[in-house]
Order: sequence, then structure tokens, then C-alpha cells
Amino acid sequence: MSDHHHKETFVTKYIFSQDHKMISKQFLITGMFMGIIAVLMSMLFRLQLAWPDTSFSIIEAFLGRHQTDGVMSPDIYLALVTIHGTIMVFFVLTAGLSGTFSNLLIPLQIGARDMASGFLNMISYWLFFLSSVIMVISLFVEAGPASAGWTVYPPLSALPQAIPGSGAGMTLWLVSMAIFIASSLIGALNYIVTVLNLRTKGMKMTRLPLTIWAFFITAIIGVVSFPVLLSAALLLVFDRSFGTSFYLSDIFISGEVLHYQGGSPVLFEHLFWFLGHPEVYIVLLPALGITSEVISTNARKPIFGYRAMVMSIMAIAFLSTIVWGHHMFISGMNPFLGSVFTFTTLLIAIPSAVKAFNYVTTLWKGNLQLNPAMLFSIGLVSTFVTGGLTGLVLGDSALDINIHDTYFVVAHFHLVMGVSAIFGMYAGIYHWFPKMYGRMMNKKMGYWHFWITIICSYGVFWPMHFIGLAGLPRRYYSNTAFPMFNDLADINVVITIFALVGGAAQIIFLANYFISIYRGEKATQNPWKSNTLEWTTPVEHIHGNWPGKLPEVHRWAYDYSKRVDANDDDSDYLHGADFVPQTTPLLEGEEPS
Amino acid sequence: MLALFYIFIGVAMGVSVWQITRILDFRGVIANDEDNAKQGKYAIYFMVFLYAMMIYCLIAMNVIMLPESASIEGEHDDRLFNITFWLIGIVQFIMQFLIFYFTFKYRGNKNNKAKFYADSHKLEMIWTIIPAVVLVILIGYGLWQWNNVMDIEDEDAVVIEVYAYQWGWHARYAGDDNTLGAGNVNYIKGINTMGVDMSDVNAQDDKQVTELYLPKGKKVHFKFRSQDVLHSAYMPHFRAQMNCVPGMVTEFAFTPKYTTEEMRMQSEVREKTKGINKIRAAKGEDFYEFDYLLLCNKICGTSHYSMQMKITVVEQEEYEAWVSEQPTLATVIQ
Repeated sequence: MSDHHHKETFVTKYIFSQDHKMISKQFLITGMFMGIIAVLMSMLFRLQLAWPDTSFSIIEAFLGRHQTDGVMSPDIYLALVTIHGTIMVFFVLTAGLSGTFSNLLIPLQIGARDMASGFLNMISYWLFFLSSVIMVISLFVEAGPASAGWTVYPPLSALPQAIPGSGAGMTLWLVSMAIFIASSLIGALNYIVTVLNLRTKGMKMTRLPLTIWAFFITAIIGVVSFPVLLSAALLLVFDRSFGTSFYLSDIFISGEVLHYQGGSPVLFEHLFWFLGHPEVYIVLLPALGITSEVISTNARKPIFGYRAMVMSIMAIAFLSTIVWGHHMFISGMNPFLGSVFTFTTLLIAIPSAVKAFNYVTTLWKGNLQLNPAMLFSIGLVSTFVTGGLTGLVLGDSALDINIHDTYFVVAHFHLVMGVSAIFGMYAGIYHWFPKMYGRMMNKKMGYWHFWITIICSYGVFWPMHFIGLAGLPRRYYSNTAFPMFNDLADINVVITIFALVGGAAQIIFLANYFISIYRGEKATQNPWKSNTLEWTTPVEHIHGNWPGKLPEVHRWAYDYSKRVDANDDDSDYLHGADFVPQTTPLLEGEEPS
Repeated sequence: MLALFYIFIGVAMGVSVWQITRILDFRGVIANDEDNAKQGKYAIYFMVFLYAMMIYCLIAMNVIMLPESASIEGEHDDRLFNITFWLIGIVQFIMQFLIFYFTFKYRGNKNNKAKFYADSHKLEMIWTIIPAVVLVILIGYGLWQWNNVMDIEDEDAVVIEVYAYQWGWHARYAGDDNTLGAGNVNYIKGINTMGVDMSDVNAQDDKQVTELYLPKGKKVHFKFRSQDVLHSAYMPHFRAQMNCVPGMVTEFAFTPKYTTEEMRMQSEVREKTKGINKIRAAKGEDFYEFDYLLLCNKICGTSHYSMQMKITVVEQEEYEAWVSEQPTLATVIQ
């Protein structure tokens, strides 16, 4: 690093920083800001779902011309669910999660002074920032933001006549997403190159912590699938603005026949889900990687089945690119394709099951240090199992027919990717906060945050499965138009109460986070007694991460509680402590694990 | 203005939390044995809460579920669903127990040592192979049923076209020749709301209706079109759903198993209807009677949430009588 001793100004240090540690914090704060917007939106539409005809002054306050007497309009309801989904999936759980932790941990855990290209890394963040700004601006356009669902299927998303949000709001949505994709591609390429080229001496691929494996594979999936979404978005721009007919054909709307001929919305669905499904794993894998690391450290035990974990990450990544059709069983595509996609989809259950079993086995006979990060990781395993299992129902094309696009799906994916990934993100924040800010977060508030959040998550999403099984479609502004859904009203009220409490509980986290930045207890160098390299850097951040030489790695990351006699659980620790940092050389005659 | 007020309240709450935490001891940062003991206990309490909620929902919400399949093809869907549900239910109960029980049982203590246990090929083989075998069964049954449902060829089937638009449904019966006349948006004009090509001989005896009547025990072959955006024709009681895509015709078929009357007499349906009517009576709304419905299940704009069409299943004779009463397009449009 040539700029090792560069003089830094305020601008180069805090704004146009090229230091991966600062960029990771920028990603996190921006992601949190977007997250707050998306959570507030969900609170508003939950109010509408629980009490459809009731006037709320808070709705009056926030929705302005999109409401009458405190009751939101159907169009803005659709806009809220659309933007909630978009922000959560892309801005919070992709950029906020991957952007934060890949940036923070890849150089620190592989022993590199920074990312392969600090400049591109900075560009990646500022593109993300720009796309966030555009997305936020789109909320304020006259006719309302994009409202065709986060999947933006044409023709609804292509024709302003079809829904008001498909005017300027949709244009901004597409621009924002295009910039977002550029940001995440630049980021992903950087992560891949860094992991492949900048590992320190002794850090073989087989010694990488599982976090790095997860970030690395995630980046590869991103590079493979995000460009397809970009092309889908571009073709949609052409259809919207230049009169092409990629997705449109035979349309009669507001009293006139449109000129479009020969296109098909099904094409868009294919292109969208070719990203859309891998995206689930782009969101989830980093969370699982963080969990592997946090569970192992806090259980004071090696992660069970390291090789199997790596293999299953790879298997999931590979399979994730050939299952997109399970979102389209009833889209009108050839039924034979449905059979193929059912087969590949259900196969994903195998590596996922291996991961879940391996986590549970890691807990078994551990010495669990129940820090907030550890609890969130355990919570992740719990919600991942609950949400994953219902995937067996949805992935089976014959069963999907009847629950497709019902609340059963909403419950499923919120648990398996929404809640799980958020839990992974929280686990990561509590665990690596000392590395980010040199201070610790408060544990008492962490505990409150965790228990309220997990209770409310289950309180919201477990009953929601049953509304879906009762046949209630998602994206309904209210279910009062159907007497057959009258008996679901009470459940909706319960769900909304859990959602409001759960949403409010996040204030505890925000308070803890921001207060701890300034007032938290000063961190020690290795507070969790962890093996990985990031805890060998000084608490105070320096450019280039390590003063002097880079550390040398001699073992894998999971030598926790290694014994003198491998077969005797009562024997002493081999290295005198229940952890052995990766920089510790092997003793004479010590078997590498 | 009011929004600013709410934001102000939010900020004030944040500041007060800040002030409260100033008084609190902010130095507790790493879990000690006392925390481990406490949190381990909470894990058990949470497990009790989770189990109570799961079981309560499974039992109490039975009554709001859809009744048994009203189509013959859907019977296997129900069976496959039950098998899958039992299976994942069992796995769910075991896994959640292990997760939270282990959290409690192995809570940290400075006198304890964790077991160094990094690998076991035997165990990993077991939990790779068992899910694989189970999945083979599920996939096998699932694919067999999928092919079953998707096999819509049947010469005797009643052919019906369902046409979706923002925000409602039209339907067209194929008439005596059981063949639908061609349709395209270019022909939409006046009362020809489905865009039927009236120069097509097959179109003359077609019959456009606002409500669906289906014969019990006879296969119904649906052809779906859409006028403007994507819609999805969702008939949950028949375990049937298919998207309506502008620019193409999609298809689905099923055989109704119970007439509407028979369905109304079923105990599951009666119980659900009773519950609904209790709620409606309390709100002063009129009495509800069970009917099959066609709903829209693909986001399609403002009134997506109310787009519906009534379906009535009747005996064959009654169906024939009803159909013969409907005027043909030729007479209506001329």
C-alpha cells in the first residue's frame, strides 16, 4: 500500500474514503437508513390490513394526497408493499449486509491490507448511495412511486394507464436499480479478486473462515445473475419509452388498443427470476457465513463439518441458478419445465438440511457464551429451519398451484430470507461492532432487542401461513371484498400488533448502536477470544490494517477447545486456552484439524 | 405538518432512550456465567412459547382453512399436502426442540469445557442421505400429480374461456360445437367486450356470461386470456390456478366433484360459514352463504383486491338447462 502514510483530510477519511473499514460503515449506515424507511412502510400497510376502514392520523400525516381522512388509497398500498420489498431485498439485505460485512471482513480475515481496488470499492459505495437517493426521491413523485410489486412484472409496470405508479415513479425505480446493479457488480468483482489474490501467507482456501467462503460464493452468484436483471430492466425501459414490444402484446387498455405486438411478459418473468432466485441466496449466504463464525466462536467449539459446510454453500450456489422457474409454475410456461424446476428446487433442501444439522451439532456439547450475537445466530438457525421447511410445500409444483401468491408464500420467504438474513446481520453487527468502532455494544439492550424481535417475528409470520392456507392472496389492499375471508380479520389484527411491537423494538437496537459508538465500553483487542485474523489488528483503525508485517497463518480458523488428548474430553487444552488463533504455529507433533 | 410532528415524537423518544441509558450501566458488554444461565433459561421459556403458539395455531385455525378439494384432480393435492405437512411438522418440532434445548443445556460456564468435535463423516452421510431419500418420495409423488393435473386433454371436456380485465372477469362458453371462436383485442367494441372475431364460424354459437356454471363430474377445460395486464385466475376450492397473460392463451382443467349445494352441506364448510356469519352478524352485515369463487391472484392495479366471479357447480341436467337459456353471441351482437 503506497498510500500508507498519506495525510488524510476530513473528506478523504469520512466521505470519499478508500479504506474498506470506513466503506463498510458507510454501507451499514446507509442500509440502516433505508431499512428504517422500509420498516415504517410495513407498519403503515399493516395498519391498513388490520383495520381497513379505520382512520389513522399517522397515515394522514405520512401519505398526504395518497389518503383520504386517514385511510390510504389502494394504489398507495400497492406502492408501499412494492417499495418495502425493493428496499428490503436490495438496499438492506444485499447492499447493507454484503456491502457491510464483505467489506469489513474480507481484508481483515484473509490478512490483506485493503481490497484489491480501494478506488472501485469507493465507487461501489457511492453508486449505491446514488441509487438509494434516487429510490427515496421516487417516493415523492406526483403519481406515487413504483407500485407493480417488487417483481415489477409488465405490462402493469410498463403502462402508466394500468397503475399510476408506473409513470415517473417506475422510471426512477428502473434508474435506481440499474445504478444499484452497477454498484453491486463492482463490489462483487472486487470481493472475488481480493479473496483469490490477496490472502496472506499460509491462508490457503481450505483455511478460509466460513464467512469468507460465504462472501466469496455470494459475490460469484451476484456476478452471474445481476447482469441478467440489468438487461431485463433495460428491455423494460425500451418497452416503456421507445415503443418496443419485448414484453407486451395484444393490449387493450383505457378504451384503446395499443400497438404492441409479439412480446411476452413470461420472458420478463424468466429474466427477472434468473436474478430473483439467486438473489435469495445472495441475501442468505452471507448471513449463514456470519452465523457459522459467531456460533463456532461462542460455542467454543469448531464448526461441525467445515468441508461439508463449504460444499453445501457451493451446492446451494450452483443449484440457485437453475431453480428460478419455481416462481413461474403457473405462469403459462410449458408444464414440462415445471417438472424440471420442481426437481432442482427440492434438491436444494439437501445442502440446506446439512447446514442446519451441522449448526445444531455445533451447539451440542458446546460451552455456549450467550452473547447477543450468539442469540441472534441461534435465532437465525431457528427461523431458517421454520421457513426452509415450508419451502418443501411451495417448491412442489403440484402443491404450489393452490398456494402460489397467497400469504403462505409471504410467511415462507419472510422467515427464511427476511428474518433469517436480518438476524444474521444483527449477529454480525453485535459481534464485529468492536472491530468497527473500537467500542462494545451493551449486552442488556442486546438481550431485550433479541427476545422481543424473535417473539414478534414468529408472532407475525407463523399465523400468516394459515391465512395463506385459507386461500387469501397477497397484495390485497383489504380482504373485506370477500365474505369468505371475514374470519381472517382477527388474525390480521394479532399479526399487526406483533409487527408494531417488533418494529418499535428496533429502536432499542438503534439506541444501543448509536450510543455505543460514543459511549460504549472501550473494546479489548480480542473480546470474544476468537481465532480469526481480524482480532490481531490494533483496536484503533489504521490504514493497511496491521502495523508492520502481515500476519502468517498456520492453521484453520476453528481450533476451539483443542485438547492434548483428542479422545479425552477432560484433558487439558493443547495450547493452554480454549482458542488457538490462526497465527499460532503448530506444536511439534500437533495434528492439523 | 403532522408528519413533522410524528418525526419529532420519534426523535424525542430516541433522545429519552438515550437519556435513560446514560443512567444505566453501559459497561456490561460480554456475557458472563450469570448471563449464560439466564439466557439459557429464557431459551427454554421461548421454546415453550413457540410450541404453544405453533400447536394453538394448528388446532384453532383448522376451522378457517379451505375445505377439502372440490375437484377430483385436487384429491391428490390434498393427500400430497398432508404427507408433506406431517413430515415438515415433525422435523420442525424436533429441530426447534434441539436448537433451544441445546442452548439451555450447554449454556456456558467457566468450569465447563466444550467438546472438540470437528467432523463425522458417518453423521454427515446420514443427514445427507435421509433427506435425499425422503425427497425422492416427495418429488416422485409431486411430479406424478403435476403431470396428472397438467394433462388437460379430454375430448368430452366442457370448453370455457375466461377473460380477465382491469378489474373483473368475463367468461365465454364454446356452444354446441364445443369450439371457441377466435378472439383478439382488436375486435373489442361495444358489447363485444371479449374481443371475439364474429367472422369466425366457431364464434357464432359461443355464449358470453357473467357467472360460471359448471357441471358436476365432467371435466372443464379452461382457456385463459387477459385484456391488459397479468392476472391470475385462482379457484382455491378446486385447487386450481393459472395466470392470464396478455398475448397468449393459457390453460387449466379440472373436474368438479361436489355441487355448490353439496358443498354447503359439508361439515367443514358449515362450521366455517357459521364462524363467518357470527362475525358478520356482530357487524350488522347480511347473511353469508358459501359459494365457489374465482379470484384474481396476480397484482393488477387499484381494484385487484376485489376482482372476483361467482362459480356455481350444478348437476349435469341443470347445467344443460342453464346453458341452453344463455343467448348465443350471434344473436346478441347482431
